[in-house]
Amino acid sequence: MIRKIPRIPSIDGDAVVKEAMRRIEQPSRRLFLQRSLNLGGLSLLTGCVIVDENSVENALMRVSRFNDNVQGWLFDPKQLAPTYPESMITRPFPFNAYYGEEEIRQVDADTYRLEVTGLVADRHAWTLAELRAMPQTDQVTRHICVEGWSAIGKWGGVTFSNFLYSIGADTSAKYVGFKCADGYYTSIDMPTALHPQTLLALIYDGQPLPPKYGFPMKLRMPTKLGYKNPKHIQAIFVTNTYPGGYWEDQGYNWFGGS
Amino acid sequence: MTNAVQTIHPAWLRATHWLNAVAVVILAMSGWRIYNAAPFFNLVFPNGITLGGWLGGAIQWHFAAMWLLAANGLVYLLCNAGTGRLLYKFFPLSPRAIVADMLAALSGQLSHADPLHYNAVQRAAYLFVMIDAVVLVLSGLVLWKSVQFPLLRELLGGYESARRVHFFAMVALVAFVTVHLAMVALVPRTLLAMVRGR
Repeated sequence: MIRKIPRIPSIDGDAVVKEAMRRIEQPSRRLFLQRSLNLGGLSLLTGCVIVDENSVENALMRVSRFNDNVQGWLFDPKQLAPTYPESMITRPFPFNAYYGEEEIRQVDADTYRLEVTGLVADRHAWTLAELRAMPQTDQVTRHICVEGWSAIGKWGGVTFSNFLYSIGADTSAKYVGFKCADGYYTSIDMPTALHPQTLLALIYDGQPLPPKYGFPMKLRMPTKLGYKNPKHIQAIFVTNTYPGGYWEDQGYNWFGGS
Repeated sequence: MTNAVQTIHPAWLRATHWLNAVAVVILAMSGWRIYNAAPFFNLVFPNGITLGGWLGGAIQWHFAAMWLLAANGLVYLLCNAGTGRLLYKFFPLSPRAIVADMLAALSGQLSHADPLHYNAVQRAAYLFVMIDAVVLVLSGLVLWKSVQFPLLRELLGGYESARRVHFFAMVALVAFVTVHLAMVALVPRTLLAMVRGR
């Protein structure tokens, strides 16, 4: 169902992804440790190594969790992100992923199924046609990347709260998690999932979402940074167990809200 | 004269000064690393003088130290206003006095005889850096939570404009610190006063 364009066509993508994620965990923590501990200039200034490395990493992680809570508290479910005229759309809209443009995944529209699991009443897998048959809306909003840059784009699709209600999701649950065809994974808080501008985007600028923007479907949230907007979504699950995320597990802030 | 009279900087001022210095160093160095991830000028900061090791690490430092800067800054401003120090240390202040003291300083005529008294250039510089820090905090708030603070965002001209405001406020702060440190090097007993209060 998923064809990763370059090399090894006959591998079970899911199994590879799971194994990779399992392996990533330890090395990435170590990598993060080394990276965050490059106190570089600070130790130069003071002429000494300041503190034990682990305790610095842990303290920074605790502040990041605290910042998640503050953002959850600041989040106003009625506050809309600004919208823009179509003349302000950034062309070309930048491609961004944890891999290069040459590794963009091709997902087959005919065999595509969206799995829905966890705290939901209806767990049937969705075809693309079923998703396209739901009421559609669109928005011209600013995508803000964690790196600082931003770009304005136009996305169309299904309001995510409508989708969640239609599958009988337990909207009192804490998290909605996403698994993607490119091995990416992330999760969001329920209030953001129910925000009126949170879209299951199937369309980009009037055309079916092209592969580089996440064919066949991505989650578009103008209230969150780019890395919280997963592309090529294959599975959605509702849960009370913290699911983490590809970048979040390496140190990016989990809430990642604007 | 009693000790109380000789105290130049009260303890709360020294404490908030040094906590602020720690916050500013962390925020500037981690901020340069964050800027490097998507520079909007033909300029990047050498990674060796940045903090965090990578973007995610730099953001963690930045979004931790921001609390220190904001909370400590608030304590400083409240104490400064509450004790009346803000009024009697920094005012009166006139452009004429600033120019006169600036000219006197440049020709080596400005007296440092009384460390209890700020000259007009010092008054202007310290007031400027207070305002600059407030601009940094407010523009930073827009960059962090641009959707949640629409009024502030629009006052700063939108998200992209707020990035520039934040950057130039940083440049102004670094410029202040540079001059500040040069002055401390020229008049070392001011450093002593900021450490022990006298």
